[in-house]
Amino acid sequence: MLSEEERKDIEQELSHYEFKRAACIEALKIMQRHRRWISDETIEDLAPVLEMSPDEVDNVATFYNLIYRRPVGQHVILLCDSISCWVMGYEGVREHLKSRLGVELGGTTGDDQFTLLPMVCLGTCDHAPAMMVDDDLYQDLTPQKIDQILETYKNGKS
Amino acid sequence: MEKPLTKNIRPGEEPLDLKAYEHAGGYQALRKVLNGMSPKEVTDTVKQSNLRGRGGAGFPTGMKWSFVPVGEDAPHPKYIIANADEMEPGTFKDRVLLEGDPHLMVEAMIVSGYAIGADIGYIFLRWAYRTAEKRLRKAIGEAYQAGYLGKNILGSGYDFKLEVHVSAGRYMCGEETGLLNSLEGKRATPRAKPPYPQISGLWGKPTIVNNVETLCNVPHIINKGAHWFLDLSHTEDGGTKLYGVSGKVKRPGWWELPMGTTLGELIEEHAGGMQDGLKFRGALPGGASTDFLVEDHLDVKMDFTHVQEAGSRLGTGTAIVLDDKTCPVGFIANLEHFFAQESCGWCTPCREGLPWTARILDAIERGEGRMQDLDLLAAHSELLGPGNTFCALAPGAVEPLQSGLKFYRADFEKHITENRCPWR
Repeated sequence: MLSEEERKDIEQELSHYEFKRAACIEALKIMQRHRRWISDETIEDLAPVLEMSPDEVDNVATFYNLIYRRPVGQHVILLCDSISCWVMGYEGVREHLKSRLGVELGGTTGDDQFTLLPMVCLGTCDHAPAMMVDDDLYQDLTPQKIDQILETYKNGKS
Repeated sequence: MEKPLTKNIRPGEEPLDLKAYEHAGGYQALRKVLNGMSPKEVTDTVKQSNLRGRGGAGFPTGMKWSFVPVGEDAPHPKYIIANADEMEPGTFKDRVLLEGDPHLMVEAMIVSGYAIGADIGYIFLRWAYRTAEKRLRKAIGEAYQAGYLGKNILGSGYDFKLEVHVSAGRYMCGEETGLLNSLEGKRATPRAKPPYPQISGLWGKPTIVNNVETLCNVPHIINKGAHWFLDLSHTEDGGTKLYGVSGKVKRPGWWELPMGTTLGELIEEHAGGMQDGLKFRGALPGGASTDFLVEDHLDVKMDFTHVQEAGSRLGTGTAIVLDDKTCPVGFIANLEHFFAQESCGWCTPCREGLPWTARILDAIERGEGRMQDLDLLAAHSELLGPGNTFCALAPGAVEPLQSGLKFYRADFEKHITENRCPWR
């Protein structure tokens, strides 16, 4: 069931559109902000509000890279694996992140802090390799830089 | 040398706010069109300037606008959309404009919207551009406050609303009709054309979708005229171009230069040449979906016409450089993985053909390739080419593949005969 707050956020979004289903992507983003990822239950909760069937909502949810249909940790690391980053050392950076976090691509650390996901070009190719952690962009990555970045999150950066 | 697009941009600093932007001559183009130019005059001026789409296709902007129905009987609301879903690998030019001068984007939307009689504008922004989102929202807020947006703009009687839509991420959102579906809350699959969006676009209403850089040229063309714009260029394609270079060069970056600057000048002078100890082996001149250019092409003028004559496309004008210590097969495999993953699955050749291509390239890179795989790859680059698919994704995807097979055939063969990647 949608919480009071979730319902309020979604209804506000719905008011911008002539058709409720048009707000589907925005509604999914709102639910993800509240619940971190989109479970089957969330899909069921959303469908009636959007006047869609759960399958129709899932059809949209599974299409977009940034809608997570599986659980993710507290922070999501989006590591660019596209061409300029690949040329500039993506593989080394990836291996370092995997060993530091002790996870494979797609995995979440045991303490639920980080999920490591490969991501398409982040549009900062003159500063490759690059990654985002949640909303923050990090450029010109090196193993040392990555260690420093991870520390700031472990020390409670929200 | 004039740099209209980037004159206000100071990297590393906050962009100009409304006051500073106005002080630098901002919103003068808006005043000019509202105080005495008809929408048709605006469109005609853009036509004369020979402004061509900077998103990659190079379609003449004024001509695109002229297909929108106008007059009393025209359907409303009409829409204008800035395609700010910059997801072409190797491309980072629109980020520069959106983060660096958000008021230019806002003014460009209103002036261009006026030309087609648009009621509503959307900036369709990719999710990764978080700084751009903040800055655009602030600029839009300031523009509403100043009366540049909303009802009866500057007392002209023209009404225009502007909103930012942040995508949930998918390469297909950059395809014009995929973008429209996404804006309607659906999967970003392409639509059949015709009808073209100019007639039946968002919610079935007349819609123009233009790239960010394309639109950002418009206020300057209005202020200074079509001839001034044509004179900025080294060639027939008007204006400046926001070029970029990434890869193992000394100074990767972006530069606003006259349209038609050569590939060699970009790499040697602006990007500082190759890193020490490395040799230039080729470049994709305009993002992942353009054919390789090689050493023989360094004197090619980077505009729509000349790059096409050289067998590639200007695309987004942001070059990705291949050096001699990077494996061309691995390079192309990376590209095809991207396209296979981002294919929307709507039509069969793209959905099935691209993953197959990526698997073959992986096998060759691992040292498990066979000579006949090269014929298979060549066949795919035709089968997935223009005319066989619903949209331009797969034809774009096979451009670096077909040209890579031509220019780096010996490297492919070496992988197969030695059963290994010589670079690993």
